[in-house]
Amino acid sequence: MHEFDWSSIPNALPFLWDGMKISLEITLSAVVFGIVWGTLLALMRLSSITPLSWFAAGYVNLFRAVPLVMVLLWFFLIVPHLLESLFGLPRGTDMRLTSAIAGFALFEAAYYSEIIRAGIQSVPKGQMAAASALGMTYGQAMRLVVLPQAFRNMVPLLLTQGIILFQDTSLVYVSALADFFGAAYKVGDRDGRLVELLLFAGAVYFVLCFAASRVVRHYQNKMKTA
Amino acid sequence: MAYNWNWGVFLQPTATGDDSTYLDWMFHGLQMTIGLSLSAWLIALLLGAVVGVLRTVPNRWLSGLATAYVEVFRNIPLLVQLFLWYFVMPELLPEDLGNAFKQSNPIVQQFLSSMVCLALFTSARVAEQVRSGINSLPPGQKNAGLALGFTLPQTYRHVMLPMAVRLIVPPLTSEFLNIFKNSAVCSTIGLLELAAQGRQLVDYTAQPYESFIAVTIAYLLLNVVVMSGMRWVEVHVRVPGYIGGK
Amino acid sequence: MLKHSLRGALVASLVASLLSAPVAAQELTGTLKKIKETGAISLGHRESSIPFSYYDDKQQVIGYSHELMLKVVDALKAELKLAKLDIRLLPVTSANRITLVQNGSVDLECGSTTNNTERQKQVSFSNTIFVIGTRLMTKTNSGINDFPDLAGKNVVTTAGTTSERLLRKMNEDKQMKMNIISAKDHGESFLTLETGRAVAFMMDDALLFGEMAKAKRASDWVVVGTPQSYEAYGCMLRKDDPAFKKVVDNALAKVMTSGEAEKIYAKWFLQPIPPKGLNLNFPLSTAVQTIYKSPNDKAFD
Repeated sequence: MHEFDWSSIPNALPFLWDGMKISLEITLSAVVFGIVWGTLLALMRLSSITPLSWFAAGYVNLFRAVPLVMVLLWFFLIVPHLLESLFGLPRGTDMRLTSAIAGFALFEAAYYSEIIRAGIQSVPKGQMAAASALGMTYGQAMRLVVLPQAFRNMVPLLLTQGIILFQDTSLVYVSALADFFGAAYKVGDRDGRLVELLLFAGAVYFVLCFAASRVVRHYQNKMKTA
Repeated sequence: MAYNWNWGVFLQPTATGDDSTYLDWMFHGLQMTIGLSLSAWLIALLLGAVVGVLRTVPNRWLSGLATAYVEVFRNIPLLVQLFLWYFVMPELLPEDLGNAFKQSNPIVQQFLSSMVCLALFTSARVAEQVRSGINSLPPGQKNAGLALGFTLPQTYRHVMLPMAVRLIVPPLTSEFLNIFKNSAVCSTIGLLELAAQGRQLVDYTAQPYESFIAVTIAYLLLNVVVMSGMRWVEVHVRVPGYIGGK
Repeated sequence: MLKHSLRGALVASLVASLLSAPVAAQELTGTLKKIKETGAISLGHRESSIPFSYYDDKQQVIGYSHELMLKVVDALKAELKLAKLDIRLLPVTSANRITLVQNGSVDLECGSTTNNTERQKQVSFSNTIFVIGTRLMTKTNSGINDFPDLAGKNVVTTAGTTSERLLRKMNEDKQMKMNIISAKDHGESFLTLETGRAVAFMMDDALLFGEMAKAKRASDWVVVGTPQSYEAYGCMLRKDDPAFKKVVDNALAKVMTSGEAEKIYAKWFLQPIPPKGLNLNFPLSTAVQTIYKSPNDKAFD
């Protein structure tokens, strides 16, 4: 049986907290960009302009078919090079965090757009008809009538997807970025205490995600009764 | 862009001196991905069905246990679970058993850890689908079964499950697709599946674009094949009278 | 007399400025131009290549190669007449270091990278900074004394290294039926060895001694076996950038011929080092002495 030695964790807490901040930063930025871009994709997908809806469908299917690990590797190893040669950015700009966020945002947008599309379709057709009867344009009706109701229904799903995204940020491990998991792994590797650090990381993720999913469920129940 | 494209690289013999080409490496990786995903999926279906049913039974202990199972596997990132299975589990086993595992063939170790990890991770999600399938059945079905003199297990077996299983095929399709994508995470413990072979190819040939594009296309094809297969299944199990049914 | 010397000085300075003007005005290109314009350089380092480039317990990068790399940075700063040069540190692994240099994420990587002709097709190497032999680390009582003893056993090495290739090739050529585990980094390779997943770890001898420095009990481990290759470590930089390479090479040559390198060597190989204050006791080899005396960038294969 393994002899446990937890002594390297207390000293490493500031470093682990720095990692947690990176995990949260990636999660929050990817959620915000993902929802904005996902909404646009959903609108394109539902629009009557064929090239737009084809583009959106192609985009969503492409990103949903490829493993996140592959997307992150693309963004870590290939895309920076591509962007530099396309836009003449100075070489060697440290784009790890930016490219990780961009990778997550573009990837998650595909998932968000499916949630949002379902949300929009769940709003009764009569709402749209009523809005146009009031003289609103398509854009106004979407923005003022349909989307607000759709988002209200979708909040729990969007939040749940956010929790999944937070878990997925651990995959930036492949790009050597020190997020929470990466930091825990590095400390464990350095001190030869990987077993303890991995157990610790697992426990932290569990507590955070479990608590967050409870909050979402509470909100969901409140919405049902309201 | 100054990049020397060389698609012929896949036909070159590998630098390790065996007779295989880099294309063979990719095929080995693809086989590993498929073998891993299918075996993990079978376990996940069985376990997920059991846990999902337990969540709906009227025994508080059993349903509580099943709920705890689902929460644990849903709230820890897949990568962390994988590392726990691969690095931590053998250290927690009794020493003899742990050592026997650690001294076995590394491919077996990596494969078993990956398979167990993917299977349990996915089974929690399958269990959720099974539960919601059962809960979506009208309560009359269960009562009718019991009124006919079936025991509760018989009611599950002959009345509720056959119906629920057919209802949850579409959501299970997406879980099935996910298991193929999630298997790419297993490259992090050194299992030479598709994504890992792609990265190894970059390392040996320094042709990152070709290898990344090839791996991405392989995943897309896999996705298309699995999706068409599942569509066939969906069509054949549709329940007449339900949405999507005939 | 005074007048004459004044005029002489004027002429001299005029001549000097005429001579130096074209040099100063010469268009900087490639990496030098980028460093001058951005005032920053991106350095690749390792996370667990003890004692070449690794983290200490405060997550600061330290090590023999890292110290040499910082000397190069000083020289670059002087060469480009920069008041301030920002250093960006990017951790690299054996498996991604070449791609990251190629794709421009890293300008210069000094860690534990072997200079060989195959890699020269993709990147360029500076003057050699170290020479190693590839050997084995194993438990003192494992009964493994040399490579033939590995037949049929689990052996670990780090992915993307020359040892990985040598080992796979040996396995193929001699039909040894070894099970080869390719770990992500040296730290993970050592963990694989330490937890009993592999009976031996094949790697560059200096790195093996470095891994011992963080073992729970260093005396449990021993480095054995006939070296399978001798390899020259160099700093990695992008291909076809002769101006940048020249500055890097000159800076390294100066450190080596001035005797400074020997002091840095002593600090990392003959004195206690972090994380556990272990002394590697790795004496200066004649091969390394030779490159200190006459610096060059030749690969050994």
